[in-house]
Amino acid sequence: MAAVFPFSAIVGQDEMKLALLIASVDPSVGGVLIFGDRGTGKSTAVRALAALLPTMRAVVGCPYGCDPAKVAGLCGACDGTAGKPAAASKSKAAIAAKPAAGPRSHAVPVPVVDLPLGATEDRVVGALDLERALAHGQKAFEPGLLARANRGFLYIDEANLLEDHLVDLLLDVAASGENVVEREGLSIRHPARFVLVGSGNPEEGELRPQLLDRFGLSVEVKTPTDLPTRIEVVRRRDTFERDPAAFIAAWEKEDAKLRRRLTAARGHLAEVEVPDRVLEQAAALCMALGTDGLRGELTLMRSARALAAFEGDRAVDDSHLKRVAAPALRHRLRRNPLEDAGSASRIERAIAEHFGA
Amino acid sequence: MPGPAQVPRTAVPGQAGVSSPDGAPARPAARSPWADSMDALALFAVDPHGLGGVLLRARAGPVRDRWLHALREALPPSAPVRRVPLQIGDGRLLGGLDLAATLNAGRPVAERGLLAEVDGGVALVAMAERIETGVAAKIAAALDHGEIRIERDGFSTLLPTRFGVVALDESAHDDESVPATLVERLAFLVDLGDLPLREAIEPPPDRECVAAARERLPSVLLDDALLEALCATALALGVDSPRTTIAAVRAARAAAALDGRDHVVEADATLAARLVLAPRATRMPADPETEAEAEPPPEDPPPPPPPEDARDEDPPPDDDMPADDRPLDDRVLDAVKAAIPGGLLALLQAGLQPKSARSAGGRSGAMQRGQRRGRPAGSRPGDPRSGQRLALVDTLRAAAPWQPLRRRERERQASSAGGASRAGRIDVRRDDFRVQRYRERAQTTTIFAVDASGSQALNRLAEAKGAVELLLADCYVRRDQVALIAFRGPGAEIMLPPTRSLTRAKRSLAGLPGGGGTPLAAGIDASRVLADSVRRKGDSAVLIMITDGRGNLARDGRPDRERAQADALQAANELRLCGVQALLIDTGPRPQPAAEKIATAMGARYLALPYADSAALSGAVKQVVASETGTARPRPGRAP
Repeated sequence: MAAVFPFSAIVGQDEMKLALLIASVDPSVGGVLIFGDRGTGKSTAVRALAALLPTMRAVVGCPYGCDPAKVAGLCGACDGTAGKPAAASKSKAAIAAKPAAGPRSHAVPVPVVDLPLGATEDRVVGALDLERALAHGQKAFEPGLLARANRGFLYIDEANLLEDHLVDLLLDVAASGENVVEREGLSIRHPARFVLVGSGNPEEGELRPQLLDRFGLSVEVKTPTDLPTRIEVVRRRDTFERDPAAFIAAWEKEDAKLRRRLTAARGHLAEVEVPDRVLEQAAALCMALGTDGLRGELTLMRSARALAAFEGDRAVDDSHLKRVAAPALRHRLRRNPLEDAGSASRIERAIAEHFGA
Repeated sequence: MPGPAQVPRTAVPGQAGVSSPDGAPARPAARSPWADSMDALALFAVDPHGLGGVLLRARAGPVRDRWLHALREALPPSAPVRRVPLQIGDGRLLGGLDLAATLNAGRPVAERGLLAEVDGGVALVAMAERIETGVAAKIAAALDHGEIRIERDGFSTLLPTRFGVVALDESAHDDESVPATLVERLAFLVDLGDLPLREAIEPPPDRECVAAARERLPSVLLDDALLEALCATALALGVDSPRTTIAAVRAARAAAALDGRDHVVEADATLAARLVLAPRATRMPADPETEAEAEPPPEDPPPPPPPEDARDEDPPPDDDMPADDRPLDDRVLDAVKAAIPGGLLALLQAGLQPKSARSAGGRSGAMQRGQRRGRPAGSRPGDPRSGQRLALVDTLRAAAPWQPLRRRERERQASSAGGASRAGRIDVRRDDFRVQRYRERAQTTTIFAVDASGSQALNRLAEAKGAVELLLADCYVRRDQVALIAFRGPGAEIMLPPTRSLTRAKRSLAGLPGGGGTPLAAGIDASRVLADSVRRKGDSAVLIMITDGRGNLARDGRPDRERAQADALQAANELRLCGVQALLIDTGPRPQPAAEKIATAMGARYLALPYADSAALSGAVKQVVASETGTARPRPGRAP
């Protein structure tokens, strides 16, 4: 495994980093779409996120990495493995409400699965195990990337270059949380809850509007234009390449700090209050912008709550809403697809009107 | 290699392509393209993976062969150099199931992809201007990560591979370019153009020197001031991507290593900037004097360096730097200005965007087609190697009836060979292969040819632009492609090659200037050529020409109204013979007989919309396009 550029060493691109962190605090926010200029560290950020995330507990031997606290899920593999009481599972990451007896579990890194271009459908959804089919004529299921991404992240670089039928499939699974395989005589379903992270460059072609809406947050990244930032980008990259180990070590403290905040945020996410007034504000904002459906409000509320949890606040207030409004709503505006003076400024205007800022 | 080294090194005449701006003394004397290309080659050979590669723009011929030969000579003998053919399938490129071996062995056997095979060497991408965006993106991903992740055909592996790319660009027309995804990751853009062989005289780098430089490279130090100078230069030239700047930094290191030094000096940085940054300039750097007034040169330190920045004990700036009291940034920039290609310079000074900055390139539309997508439409016998999907169940089904027969045959063979036969295996042969078939609607590319001349600008250019925008949105919804040709002044220009990207479409529309004469004939010609190329790709083309029909520039560019009309009529006739569906919208203040005449000659529908606003215009066009594409019949010629 190649050395990974530390998350906290990424210069600028605050909105992108924030969106990824929000999604890791509360995966129910939905996916993150990162669109923008080349060379702005989109893949770097996602790969860095993998190294940043705290570990999670998973059932030993489960191909889907099921949560030992919630084995009543869909995974058939785990239902049968109930047995020994979990030993030495006093890790912070373990869920407090864990039953005393459960399947054997261990700490594993949160999966951040890369969906490479050129991946075939059989590897994505899982398929007939070719080896056993060819050699023994047996019908066996070989889990695919969706299984591996369960409870983690699935990253698609150049999402707009991925074939349409694969994108449709991913979105469907991401929305339903389970993967249903009906192919080659197999009939299998397994849990597949993951945060979809897509990135791309709009110049290569755009995503279909109905797909845009399925992503929770949408971030636009731009090449920094001021010299000091650019120098810092190049310098850090250069330092990293000269000696990755030393660079990672130097930033490990920052990363660890961030990791602790993430863990803490997840812990008290459920306690963060969302006052009615804030909900009203969110709804009013969405109405003013004319977003379709309720997904906008929901995402706005969830991401504001996740942000509040991440900041260590007890309740959501306007400042949280303001910060997440653009990424949560940007891609939901009903708009003339050609209007350039884009969504960001419209959202800003609406925020200014609503919060009297 | 005979030749280059023995040729006496005389001054190279006719250094086309390199000139110094406004006669300013070019510090590093303008060098021949070949000499520059050899420098790039040497640096690339030192650090192929770090630098990403070289975009070599040259016709297939002895000059290019000499360059490639020189590259092979410069690389270590063990380094693999492999060609990536144009139509390479994912299986060969990335790896996957080796069907023949799998069937032979009776268990899945993985095939190593070409990108894994070139680990430590160089991948030559032939005809890079024609590769699919998807292939480019896959090569780019492997370059970025130094490894290939394979999730294909039941295999899931990670193969490390570190290679460089030489993309051979043979594009002859403006509508072809290497996918930007790939170009961005290649440090050097080398244009050998039509360089004659006799001018390719500079000797290639020496393999020993390169090998020594490779050894030295990891320990080469770079002064922070030089890094900042490179960043400032990139910014001044409008080179946006940080990736390019990082490539320049690496090139500077390679240059120092090649020169046998352990730290980078100004000359290295200058060379790197000249080779990496200059060819990508998208704007003329402002004059140092005027810029100094506008904003002070950034001598202030950037935000506090990260704590681990262990290069504080760097050697002090080198002593053999020229005694020039101007800031380092300016010196580097000056040296680079001299190296901005002549043609580019002219474009930049004229305030035009060079092609490389304007288009994303590649065949982003073309990759969406082929027999790999769409609605499944059954399977057919075929070889799954040529990039098609194996329909496994159908294949097995095809093989099933023959099993008893084949088993018997195999047993006979096994017993005669004295080996034991492996029972229970499904015997699949080549004839059994079925590949998936897909059905897909043919795409329509709508070509807008917009008259942007002075007369039009006065009348209706704004409305025309508005209408085009509305139509673009419509095409976008239908997932059709659009292209935009503008004709004004001296000739016609493809502002937007066929694309689905609204971003690009918007940008080119916004940048569409008005004014100048009306080269109607040139506009029609350009439309015909583009429509033809669209149809060669298997798509259908619809041409929408928006003009007042008052051409006043002849084909040869002379302002001669009568001649211009005659030329336009002739061009229109040629267009009709091609059978392109067309619509001519007359936007003159009154319906122009001339415009109608041209429409008739073109076999186009004529629509006079003197006072329509953009919405009405787009509505009318939509109607016509719908009827035209709905009844896809060849139009009978209707020549006068």
